[in-house]
Amino acid sequence: MNDVTRKDAEQLYERLRPLQEKKGYYFNEDMERTLDLLAGLLVNKERYGYMCCPCRLASGDREKDRDITCPCEYREPDVKEYGSCYCNLYVSREWNEGTIPREYVPERRPAEKFE
Amino acid sequence: MVQKTVRLFTLSTCSHCKAAKRFLAENGVEHHFIDVDLLTGDERHAVLQEVRKYNPRLSYPTIIIDEEIVIVGFREQELREALDL
Repeated sequence: MNDVTRKDAEQLYERLRPLQEKKGYYFNEDMERTLDLLAGLLVNKERYGYMCCPCRLASGDREKDRDITCPCEYREPDVKEYGSCYCNLYVSREWNEGTIPREYVPERRPAEKFE
Repeated sequence: MVQKTVRLFTLSTCSHCKAAKRFLAENGVEHHFIDVDLLTGDERHAVLQEVRKYNPRLSYPTIIIDEEIVIVGFREQELREALDL
């Protein structure tokens, strides 16, 4: 299906972590899950040319998928409300520390945006 | 106990979809899944039309049990109840 390796995902992790932590977004401390999601982003980059959210179906049209290109437009409100983005890739410090409940994050993307 | 029919519409890259598949496998629940992101053309179009019937938001996983219960997302407790686990 693709040539994305764990090493590729680890490199992406190292590259993004300092940039995102500065903004207050942390990677899920569950490394297996985080690397798996990062690998999904790389697969989508190979497939579509941009890092579409691995938990949403890409249309293949960069413009249409702009709101779900990672980090998606919904990350900020989702992390604010639930402590995590829809995928559980980016979370708050409190979510990682277990001081807030880990609720299932519902899809915030408006229905009309789906193909 | 009669085995329930469990169908899933999933994405191959999605963590919630993988967790749902793993949960069903670990609990010995027979299931059939379609990774929608791996489909193209007419097949993809037809499958999306079907997903839309159960879940107009087209989010994943969409899990259908006995054609009666639709669970959107990997909600373990809801799945346990629906499957009597």
